[in-house]
Amino acid sequence: MENNKQRYTIGILVQNRPGVLARVVGLLSGRGFNIENITAAETNEPGITRITLVTSGDRRVLSQIVKQINKLVDTLKVFDFSETEFVDREMALIKVRAEEGTRAEVLRIVDIFRAKVVDVSPHFYTLEVTGNDSKIAAVMELLGQIGIVEIARTGKAALARSKKH
Amino acid sequence: MFECLKREGVEVIFGFPGGSVLDLYHEMTNHDIRHILVRHEQGAAHMADGYARATGRVGVCLVTSGPGATNTVTGVATAYADSVPMVIITGQVPTAMIGDDAFQEVDIIGITRPCTKHSYLVRDVNDLARVIKEAFYLARTGRPGPVLVDLPKDVQQAQADFRYPRRIDLPGYHPTVEAHMGQIKRAYQFIKKARHPVLYIGGGVVHSGAYDELVRFAEMTRIPVTGTLMGLGSFPATVTDAAGRKEPHPLWLGMLGMHGTFRANMAVSHSDLLIAVGARFDDRVTGKISGFAPKAKIVHIDIDPTSISKNVEVDIPIVGDCKNALEKLIQMVEAEPIEGLDELRAPWAGQIHEWRETYPLAYTQDSDVIKPQFVVDTIYRVSNGDAVITTEVGQNQMWTAQYYLFDRPRRLLTSGGLGTMGYGLPAAIGAQVGMPDRLVVDIAGDGSIQMNIQEVITAVCNCLPVKVAILNNRYLGMVRQWQELFYQKNYCGTCLDASPDFVKLAEAYGAVGLRATKPEEVEPVLREAFSINKPVLMDFVVSPEEGVYPMVPAGKSISEMLLV
Ligand SMILES: Cc1ncc(C[n+]2csc(CCOP(=O)(O)OP(=O)(O)O)c2C)c(N)n1
Ligand SMILES: [Mg+2]
Repeated sequence: MENNKQRYTIGILVQNRPGVLARVVGLLSGRGFNIENITAAETNEPGITRITLVTSGDRRVLSQIVKQINKLVDTLKVFDFSETEFVDREMALIKVRAEEGTRAEVLRIVDIFRAKVVDVSPHFYTLEVTGNDSKIAAVMELLGQIGIVEIARTGKAALARSKKH
Repeated sequence: MFECLKREGVEVIFGFPGGSVLDLYHEMTNHDIRHILVRHEQGAAHMADGYARATGRVGVCLVTSGPGATNTVTGVATAYADSVPMVIITGQVPTAMIGDDAFQEVDIIGITRPCTKHSYLVRDVNDLARVIKEAFYLARTGRPGPVLVDLPKDVQQAQADFRYPRRIDLPGYHPTVEAHMGQIKRAYQFIKKARHPVLYIGGGVVHSGAYDELVRFAEMTRIPVTGTLMGLGSFPATVTDAAGRKEPHPLWLGMLGMHGTFRANMAVSHSDLLIAVGARFDDRVTGKISGFAPKAKIVHIDIDPTSISKNVEVDIPIVGDCKNALEKLIQMVEAEPIEGLDELRAPWAGQIHEWRETYPLAYTQDSDVIKPQFVVDTIYRVSNGDAVITTEVGQNQMWTAQYYLFDRPRRLLTSGGLGTMGYGLPAAIGAQVGMPDRLVVDIAGDGSIQMNIQEVITAVCNCLPVKVAILNNRYLGMVRQWQELFYQKNYCGTCLDASPDFVKLAEAYGAVGLRATKPEEVEPVLREAFSINKPVLMDFVVSPEEGVYPMVPAGKSISEMLLV
């Protein structure tokens, strides 16, 4: 089974009704799928929410789950991004140790990755980094050597390229 | 609330009151709606289910919050597993107290989320009419199922102007009814070429009302038909000849799967084309997947896209209503009839006939101990094959499926997907409410009947003359059979040598109790029971260690049957 395991990003448009997120999540957790991250927020159309979630597991089981999500009464549309090209971004707030000797290094990393310093205190900088998985992973690795104190990530937002979905 | 139910054509509610639904009960007396007071909320749910399965209408039950609601959960899950249209109305604590662990509060929406088609918590009385309309619409359309409406007490007390919405606005809900013509054409190309085709039908045929179309299609193409437990009655098991005698329908193979007939399982195993209609390739049907119809192309017609290619990879998926798809297939056959049908089908029909003759379903009533199969067989004869039959779960259920021949849909009501012991009696009561003039018989086990025995009094109080035939083998027989075959006859926890005296029990409830201990008593007991216009419990003391055969051991291919 392990070798069938893959990472999937799924986009879901739903009517924003009570319990809709619980229903979607229940379909995954009920089958033992772990959700790696999930975002949900209203779209430009009032009452319609876009959920983006990342999970990994067996392809066949996942396509069954996608069908089931589609079947939910409140679901308007589901996109399995493993079948299309898509752009995705995530934002992370990273509080990092910024002392006498490391401040310059932190600022250099900020510069290279086009991050922003959004808060400064005597011993810490809080940075805002936006990017895809690999960019955030790279920043985390570099800052990790200096000393990450805390981190908060938004989870992924994704849209298919070109065609409107 | 009751105005809404009236608009939906609800004539009866199965319910049990409590603090959180007192307002509804208070109001109920002002409306012309029948209320059946049950003795346990599980009974209410199964009655609504039995009523729905027998009539095709949406069954309704009403219970209080907390324990009232949780007591329905098995009934809701049972209905969900078999796609039964039902609306469950549960009381809830006042909105302001939700989430506070208030007295008799449970999150019933959360508890039932995986076993309802949809559910609603009504927070504003102005939403009530819309919610009720949507609930009934969702319950009965597409793949039917139970819908739960949770009604806080303050919402029940609130006032609103009654305006019943005319339209349904559910932008995310569009079940595909129309079968895709391109797929139908592709399927028909296979059908024309097939030499060993089999139709494999399930409960979807019942739900879509496709009986006539199925019979027509099968007879036009002379394709033999096998059914799942839920599909029994969707194709006539017998035909009546000119002299009024019943003959087996030449195309009917009987049930397939774990306790299917030899000929059905062999036909599927040797088929070159399997046309699944409203069936879902359940593991009790397929056995080991790789051994299921290994040589066949598979066409699958189902209204629920999630059923297709779930367990078995399908060659031609057709999403749509069974009736619609069969109508289109019939048009295809009419436009391009299959050439040389007689010669084409002769070898296959001959082969099936041979299988039928080799291992027919059979038992011998030789000793002076009653065989359970003989009881079912006699119920079939005495009722003219025309009763509404419910079952419990276990051997009683499988013998019913094997020995009671169903010619019409909605005549066998049984918990297939969930296998709920205790379903049969309340389902029979619900069915009797919906079909007051028809004979309704619960074929029960001595174990299962005790799971909802309290509902006998519901039948007595409401003058519902259901009949219960207990196949009393003093065992949880089906489990014992597995222990016999796969657990070295270690009958741990399955012996029921201490059961109540069912005759006295019936009498205690004000019903009639009858007993048969010898084969020659079976028919007279049945005739007497069927002539009494009251609920009757019949205790048939049957041979204890009879098994259900054929049997496909779990995990084996369906061609590997134990035939003892
Ligand atoms: C609620 C519930 N609990 C347990 C089971 C497991 N089970 C399946 S068949 C069976 C035996 C039923 O015994 P009985 O009603 O006497 O029927 P028999 O098989 O003897 O005809 C049991 C315990 C079940 N299906 N449902
Ligand atoms: Mg028994």
